[in-house]
Amino acid sequence: MAERILNGSEVVLQALADQGVEVVFGYPGGAVLPLYDEIFKQNRIRHVLVRHEQAAVHAAEGYARSTGKVGVVLVTSGPGATNAVTGLTDALMDSIPVVCLTGQVPTHLIGNDAFQEADTTGITRPCTKHNYLVKDPAKLARTMHEAFHVASSGRPGPVVIDLPKDILVGKAPYLEPSQVQHRTYNPVVKGDRGQIEQALEMLASAKKPILYCGGGVINSGEQACKLLAEFTRTTGIPITLTLMGLGAYPASDKQHLGMLGMHGTYEANMAMHDCDVMFAVGARFDDRVTGNLDFFAPGSQKVQIDIDPSSINKNVPVDIGIVGDIGHVLEDMIKIWKAKQYKLDAAALDGWWKEIEGWREKHCLSYKQPKDVIKPQHVIRRVHALTRDRKTYITTDVGQHQMWAAQHFGFEHPYEWMTSGGLGTMGYGMPAALGVQVAHPDATVVCFTGDASIMMNIQECATMTQYRLPIKTVILNNRYMGMVRQWQQLLHGSRYSESYSETLPDFVKLSEAFGFTGMKCENPADLDDAIAKMLEIDGPVILDVAVDDKENCYPMIPSGKPHNEMLLGQETNGNEAIDSDEGMVLV
Amino acid sequence: MKETEISKHTISVLVDNEAGVLARVIGLFSGRGYNIESLTVAEVDAHTHESRITVVTSGTPMVIEQIKAQLSRLVPVHKVNDLTLSGPSVERELALIKVIATGEKRVESLRIADIFKARAVDATNSSFVYEIIGSPEKIDAFIKLMEPLGLSEISRTGVAAISRGTLTM
Ligand SMILES: Cc1ncc(C[n+]2csc(CCOP(=O)(O)OP(=O)(O)O)c2C)c(N)n1
Ligand SMILES: [Mg+2]
Repeated sequence: MAERILNGSEVVLQALADQGVEVVFGYPGGAVLPLYDEIFKQNRIRHVLVRHEQAAVHAAEGYARSTGKVGVVLVTSGPGATNAVTGLTDALMDSIPVVCLTGQVPTHLIGNDAFQEADTTGITRPCTKHNYLVKDPAKLARTMHEAFHVASSGRPGPVVIDLPKDILVGKAPYLEPSQVQHRTYNPVVKGDRGQIEQALEMLASAKKPILYCGGGVINSGEQACKLLAEFTRTTGIPITLTLMGLGAYPASDKQHLGMLGMHGTYEANMAMHDCDVMFAVGARFDDRVTGNLDFFAPGSQKVQIDIDPSSINKNVPVDIGIVGDIGHVLEDMIKIWKAKQYKLDAAALDGWWKEIEGWREKHCLSYKQPKDVIKPQHVIRRVHALTRDRKTYITTDVGQHQMWAAQHFGFEHPYEWMTSGGLGTMGYGMPAALGVQVAHPDATVVCFTGDASIMMNIQECATMTQYRLPIKTVILNNRYMGMVRQWQQLLHGSRYSESYSETLPDFVKLSEAFGFTGMKCENPADLDDAIAKMLEIDGPVILDVAVDDKENCYPMIPSGKPHNEMLLGQETNGNEAIDSDEGMVLV
Repeated sequence: MKETEISKHTISVLVDNEAGVLARVIGLFSGRGYNIESLTVAEVDAHTHESRITVVTSGTPMVIEQIKAQLSRLVPVHKVNDLTLSGPSVERELALIKVIATGEKRVESLRIADIFKARAVDATNSSFVYEIIGSPEKIDAFIKLMEPLGLSEISRTGVAAISRGTLTM
């Protein structure tokens, strides 16, 4: 096949098109001007101009997480690249497929402290799954295609391609994706059959089994979620989801115990603590999930299924570690379970469910909505209730509001829940919502944010206006960095050091200044109307809801405590101090 | 082996010899807090541009397993082999050792070098540079003996290792 010789920028655009890319989130600058020129000349690929490079990456994450496709970012050299670092780290921690193109000074200037030069591959090496610096035009097309393969296969993650300006301007041959095959990187997808059989045998002999499932199920795809539901229903065992796993199994289903972990439900955490066989599916035993490792599920045998071998036996030793794609492994599990006619001990399982029902009676998420002040949980519940008949996507920022959204908004389907889990990045919510709304122009996209978090990428209001993205941003405004205040109350003698939001803007005026509707709600009686009105407005809205500033997020497993030492906050009205030096040093 | 027992492992890693690959490996060790006792690297296949890294590290069985899994996860890594687990292996290191001495000490250092099969690769009236090849332990022992005899400078390559017999990576 004759090689097609193009210029570097054309190669990049052609590769994006051939990879099925529809939209790029970016911000221009000197080093990427040739690429922007090429973008100007074509109309296959849409460019969304954000207002800060961090937001470009979060937008690409929102796009990726809500579609299952790779999100694409384009930023300039130096400050453009360094601004993207937080987003890249976020995508790495949450295993989100992103390809980030960064401009670079011309190859002959690299290492000379040239204007807007940064050692981008050096800086991003620990916060990407992989990165490339293209110095040879002959490798440009191959690198582009390889980057998409690496970002999206195996355990997904962010990949950076650093593109010196001379490479973008000079001639380069183009290769089709089909002409590129990676030499070393080909992850295992099929699980080991012998191990799967062993694992199922272990499950069949269990008296108190539990499924603990995470974001890996969603990364594996919609089909994997369907198979998870089939397996769960076939076996009849309880299932709990991590923060990243919400939506992988319908929240309303009676076998679902809710989210587990630090702010998980009482029943999920107690069941994890007392189980005798645990299946960890696409979940990585994060410290927010396990609490104190010395007391984590002490009497259990564990099976872990993950596409990433390094996730297995990392924090928690397991009895059987199955490396493979969740969808493939679940398919085999269901087949083998049926073929071998495995059955759980019905009486034991019944007893286990009775125990779980007992824990459920605590109603650990209950709250009372008084007449005078709006409870933050109530806002989440009402938005959930009033969006039920729409296709709705939720993004959040980080803090109490994030945990309340996770606890109270019932997610029935995968891809509808976007949150910064591993990194806990304030400022994630609004840009992620941009990406989601760009991918799903007709859907309802709600961003739950806090009065502090929203300020961290507030400039994206301009992007919402420019592209008429009708995102509904709901601020749970407690005038505090609520999660910080909660920890200070519980661990630092209520010394609220620097956690009060002293000078908040008037969010209504601010919205208007950006060219869209701002609303405020302070009275519980007005809440439903406010939400309904917000949903009806055809355009972006910020709804600033004044909520109870003293509300704490419960249940809570304080850092360093085991699952069965959860604080419920109900008896004490949240006035319990955590007396633990050990907990104080943990995050 | 006990879960908490720390042991030493020699791990061979075959990688694409491309820019930044060593930084990736070293960054992995420093970023995740793993030990590096020694690390050597050189291209071993000029045709395919593959390099072999030999790293000596230590940790609990769980940490060693993590190190191998994390190394395998790096995109330019082809193969990871734990020589300590995969059967008998040969480990060799080269050291250049400068001893500055005169008189009886100088003669004594030559005598010991002879026993260790170390060669003098440079000599002046008051100094020798010895080249010694052997296991790290042998080199340690030689260095120890040279200490009272005017040992003044050491340069070691770190360990290169390969499995014995017909076994290959
Ligand atoms: C970029 C960043 N800086 C700091 C933090 C630490 N942090 C976690 S939650 C939080 C407070 C968030 O306040 P707000 O957005 O008002 O949410 P609330 O907890 O009040 O719901 C802070 C500062 C963080 N997660 N991310
Ligand atoms: Mg707040």
